[in-house]
Amino acid sequence: MLSKSQARTFFLGGTVITFAIFLGLSWNSLSNAVPKQTHEENLTSQVVRGKHLWESNNCMGCHTIFGEGAYYAPELTKVIDRRGAPFVKAVLTSKAPWAPNGRKMVAYGFSDNDAEDLIAFFTWIGGVDLNGFPPKPDLKQ
Amino acid sequence: MKYKSQQVAYWFFALSMLLLALQIIYGFIMGFAHMGYDGLHEVIPFNTARAVHTNLLVVWILSGFMGAAYYIIPEEAENELVNVKLAYIQLITLALVGVAAIIGYHFNYWEGRKFLEIPRPLDYLVVINVLTFLGLILATLFKGKKRTTTSLVLTMGLVFAALLYLPGMIWFDNQTMDSFFRWWVVHLWVEGVWELIMGGILAFLLIKITGVDREVIEKWLYVIVGLTFISGILGTGHHYYYIGVDKTWLIVGGIFSAMEPLAFLGMALFAVAMYRKGEKKHPNKTALNWTLGTAIVSFVGAGLLGLAHTLPQVNLYTHGTLVTAMHGHLAFWGAYGMIVFAIIAYTMPNMTGRKLYNTNTGLLAFWLSNIGMLGMTVAFGVAGVAQVYLERKVGIEFGLVQKEIQVHFFILICCATLFTTGITLYMYEFIKYGRPTNEALVD
Ligand code: HEM
Ligand code: HEM
Ligand SMILES: [Fe+2]
Repeated sequence: MLSKSQARTFFLGGTVITFAIFLGLSWNSLSNAVPKQTHEENLTSQVVRGKHLWESNNCMGCHTIFGEGAYYAPELTKVIDRRGAPFVKAVLTSKAPWAPNGRKMVAYGFSDNDAEDLIAFFTWIGGVDLNGFPPKPDLKQ
Repeated sequence: MKYKSQQVAYWFFALSMLLLALQIIYGFIMGFAHMGYDGLHEVIPFNTARAVHTNLLVVWILSGFMGAAYYIIPEEAENELVNVKLAYIQLITLALVGVAAIIGYHFNYWEGRKFLEIPRPLDYLVVINVLTFLGLILATLFKGKKRTTTSLVLTMGLVFAALLYLPGMIWFDNQTMDSFFRWWVVHLWVEGVWELIMGGILAFLLIKITGVDREVIEKWLYVIVGLTFISGILGTGHHYYYIGVDKTWLIVGGIFSAMEPLAFLGMALFAVAMYRKGEKKHPNKTALNWTLGTAIVSFVGAGLLGLAHTLPQVNLYTHGTLVTAMHGHLAFWGAYGMIVFAIIAYTMPNMTGRKLYNTNTGLLAFWLSNIGMLGMTVAFGVAGVAQVYLERKVGIEFGLVQKEIQVHFFILICCATLFTTGITLYMYEFIKYGRPTNEALVD
């Protein structure tokens, strides 16, 4: 039967090996895949300002982006494709609560500039190659 | 209880219970909002309630882990805690930082990254706090007479958990990079180092409750934490499928994360086998229930319900839906909520000297909370599967689908009420135990 020291070797050895592989794969993804798949060349300072706004208002506390976040409000990865920029801008700058289907969004009333920054962020997000996410609804008539 | 300083644990457990009570309140706020009753929207919008709910969860679990360590390490190392006063200061500052963060969330002051919402300045305070905690634990361990496998695994888990907090504090301009490293914290915590902490506490409890030889228990502990890391580290890939990195992760993440349930299966089999094998039957039945319960429910919630959506072909459709919330609830509850409840149930009689080993209240608390949480899991699951089908397969708009599934949140709230009744009974018993006393010291 397995002895305690063999069990310890299994634990330590397994950890070191898988962790080394993990670091290698991560390195590969971050240095090769990310610049290409996310089109880093389009990551302008306006997009970065948009990301700041996205975070400082915790939009992820209701919505998802890349499928990450909360499940109270729609997935926004492809929102510009779906709705178009003018629609999104109207929602972001509205001072009255936007409440489609009765579910309220916080009325941020963003300035024109801030709304443009967020739209730049969404546009960049929408261009990221996500290996097929979100899926096409294949049962749609 | 052999060492006077173990009493510190009581206050960490008390903080833990208090924060859990608050967490549940914010859970109800969200449950009602999903059902269409968002009357608090102006004061506590959904994103505030959510940040509070999940952050309180993490802090009450961590406070429970810290209490467990303050109880277990002196006993295993055979040494009083090196500095009791510092431990109390650490407790109070932990509570203050937590409260400050929670208040901030009500005033749009946060970082807005799921689970890591704590604003940057408070992050630094968290780091200092945790370093103090680790300093105390490590000094106690290394000045002690013994360094058992149980205490080493527990300590290793705590140290790694602290280290893994750091990647979450790096700022990235690129959302993909941001997400990539957020998972080093979130995933490598719950499916990696926290399992070491859980395994360490579980081993300690099994040694005490079943009386099986330490060597046997600790051997299996190594096997379990070995399985955890071998599957869990590369299993991080199941969060990299659809965030803008290469497809290598679809294969690596798919295969290794599908093996993650083995560690939880190992824990369940191990706990049940040790219970059967043990000759000594400890009279603390409540602690036994929670100990076996955590091993089994974590296998269901984390292992099986994790497996249910971990393959890339499935995850493409379920990613970021209520299916995730279904799994998140039973996994967190079974693995980390219940292990904290188990260590509290075991230590309270030892610290206070009152032997409420086998009460009806304790039994009812166990069953009501577990049945309630299972019901909540089913409610989230049904809502989630319906959402995936209608939204991702049929292509109906998000808002219309949400209206369609509102009714499941009524069921959720009913089950949550059952759950809360169980928790209330547990807390009632916690209070009934009273405070720790020196009279409870034994050699
Ligand atoms: C105690 C252990 C576990 C806990 C506490 C836990 C908890 C969670 C939580 C809270 C999330 C949501 C995270 C987020 O979106 O930020 C999540 C996601 C996920 N978990 Fe777990 N989990 C555990 C174990 C597992 C295991 C063992 C598996 C696989 C076999 C698994 C598979 C997944 C998957 C695939 C997702 C992503 C869902 C999505 O794409 O939206 N989990 N887990
Ligand atoms: C009793 C009452 C509870 C209710 C009504 C409740 C309800 C909810 C709701 C509605 C959400 C948000 C889902 C969304 O984003 O739309 C949520 C999130 C969450 N809750 Fe609870 N909850 C309760 C208790 C708990 C407990 C006891 C735990 C842990 C042990 C827990 C862990 C979580 C986690 C981890 C998330 C995030 C899930 C994810 O992002 O996938 N909750 N809860
Ligand atoms: Fe994970």
